[in-house]
Amino acid sequence: MKNELIDFTLYLADNALIIGHRNSEWCGHGPVLEQDIAITNISLDLIGQARNFYQYAAQLINEENTEAKATEDTLAYLRDGWDFKNSLLTEHPNGDWAQTITRQFFFSVYQYYLYQQLQNCSNEQIAAIAIKALKEVTYHVKWSSEWMIRLGDGTEESNSRLKKAIDNLWMFTGELFDLSAYESVIYSAWNIDNDKIKNEWESKVKGILEEATLEIPVNATWHQSGGKTGTHSEHLGFLLAEMQSLQRAYPGNEW
Amino acid sequence: MQMLRKYYYGDYGEGKNGAADISTSGKSNHEWPLWEVFIRSKQGLDHKHAGSLHAADATMAIENARDVYTRRMEGVSIWVVESKHIHASNPEEAASLYDPANDKVYRHPTFYDLPDELKHM
Amino acid sequence: MNPEEIFQDKIDQEIKIEPKDWMPEKYRQTLIRQISQHAHSEIVGMLPEGNWITRAPSLRRKAILIAKVQDEAGHGLYLYSAAETLGISRDEMIEQLHSGKAKYSSIFNYPTITWADMGAIGWLVDGAAIMNQVPLCRNSYGPYARAMVRVCKEESFHQRQGFELLLHLSRGSEIQKRMCQDAINRWWWPSVMMFGPNDDASPHTAQSMKWKIKRFTNDELRQKFVDICAEQVKLLGMTLPDPDLKWNEEKQHYDFGKINWEEFWNVVSGNGPCNKQRLDARKKAWEEGAWVREAAAAYAEKRKSRQNIQAA
Repeated sequence: MKNELIDFTLYLADNALIIGHRNSEWCGHGPVLEQDIAITNISLDLIGQARNFYQYAAQLINEENTEAKATEDTLAYLRDGWDFKNSLLTEHPNGDWAQTITRQFFFSVYQYYLYQQLQNCSNEQIAAIAIKALKEVTYHVKWSSEWMIRLGDGTEESNSRLKKAIDNLWMFTGELFDLSAYESVIYSAWNIDNDKIKNEWESKVKGILEEATLEIPVNATWHQSGGKTGTHSEHLGFLLAEMQSLQRAYPGNEW
Repeated sequence: MQMLRKYYYGDYGEGKNGAADISTSGKSNHEWPLWEVFIRSKQGLDHKHAGSLHAADATMAIENARDVYTRRMEGVSIWVVESKHIHASNPEEAASLYDPANDKVYRHPTFYDLPDELKHM
Repeated sequence: MNPEEIFQDKIDQEIKIEPKDWMPEKYRQTLIRQISQHAHSEIVGMLPEGNWITRAPSLRRKAILIAKVQDEAGHGLYLYSAAETLGISRDEMIEQLHSGKAKYSSIFNYPTITWADMGAIGWLVDGAAIMNQVPLCRNSYGPYARAMVRVCKEESFHQRQGFELLLHLSRGSEIQKRMCQDAINRWWWPSVMMFGPNDDASPHTAQSMKWKIKRFTNDELRQKFVDICAEQVKLLGMTLPDPDLKWNEEKQHYDFGKINWEEFWNVVSGNGPCNKQRLDARKKAWEEGAWVREAAAAYAEKRKSRQNIQAA
């Protein structure tokens, strides 16, 4: 159980860090100043969540092994790709605004229903982080839903770009509900209902897509998976190479 | 070419002076409208003008205001209004509008000289 | 008194000018130029630091840097809004930036090569900016002064985090110390130049001071900046790259070396290491965002007309 708890905490942390990192790539390059600021805020929320989860994971790891000397930064900066447990969806490159919005929308809705259950779980630390984060995630869902609708029901161009983004990203959403071994253990220990999360996710996504005059892709029965257990896309390697470069180049330095 | 006439806050009509009325060509008509943002910094206080921003609609304007003007816990409530809907008094009329209040000192409590012994007043 | 005299009288009495008040056309134009130039500097200034967001070496530093660059977007926004009260649209200003008609602070045409540059920018570049900006909180144009108050409140965090970053490096490993000194060496002179040409080569200063949209001359501010930094650098155990920097007991100021104005004017006029790169990045973001802005406008329009139909 302890190992599963560590893995699950890292999963939550990695998800938040990687998508937060992706969003931060927009900083200075957004489509309009106000939205540059908005997506940067979301990025900061997610990195903040990641830090809370990493700090807790580090504490757990150090309890297990007093030599480990884990910190939020060793976990973010000194693990390799195969140690990262984030879902494939979160590492997907930004692409255009439609793709970033779609990624955020799919992910935030998932995070929302997951945290809804985590806030009542028996692990006090995780529950506390979930309660705090839910306020942020509620806003992320609102913000990204509104953009989904705006783009879907905006111009012909925005509609077709959004459609393309949904088609591209859809096959990475199934993984969110594929339980890894560590999730299974945690979910049953904490009475977390994965089917409920999945159903709620589907119905929210369907509702917003309808408002956006779009549909869930048909014939999309196959989905990708692997991120949760460390088998990632090619994209993650580049992301980590960049993110970790200073820590890797100058080991042991304090920044 | 069709010229659009735009007024920003301070609009009081066709006045020539001042800076706020401008003419722009129809070219930038994708520019989101300008909104004025009013923020209540804490429960019990008035909303106060904080600044302005651009947004496509009111929902977005409130969210943008939240992201732009309350990043450092500056607010608990936000009002937004499209700048073009704000009408203001004409500064040229300032003398006739506001100066007449100057000599009505009897409106202020300090005008009345009362004995110090008088309590609770 | 004629309108111009009334206007100047107000300014002399430190009464703010507000958007609809009468103002000389030249005052309006000068303000638009000055405010939009400042706004552009904030926006272009996001790029050199934005460079390092994805490489920030700790999660704490990453969050700080993101928040800082985001603040710059906010500052640009406050300033564009102030300029908009003078009768120019943000789109027009952005067009002027992209066409090269409007300028921005030339410091941002220098590259950010190492992580230490994040510290040097915070300490020196933001430090120089604050020196300029604090007096502008009292400038004569109301919306501009209010925007500057907001900017300055947020800016002091920027400078402090920069110095703290350098302090960390200066107490770190050999390579970190080297990074620290190298960044100071590269950012010092461009920062000194940030105050603009010497007073005798700055023809608009007198008028701007009279209008109180400039409250100290370039050289006054520059001297103040040098005096402060020459002391602060000692805390870092680093040096400023100027062999002529020396305390002058008589003047009670630091003497400092000759500024390379040839470099300054070249960078201003487009020959800096990153001029093209910066402008291209801004144009790219703007052009690639066009469909997004259009979509949101189109959707807002649609919704409004649907509501009107419902209401009818």
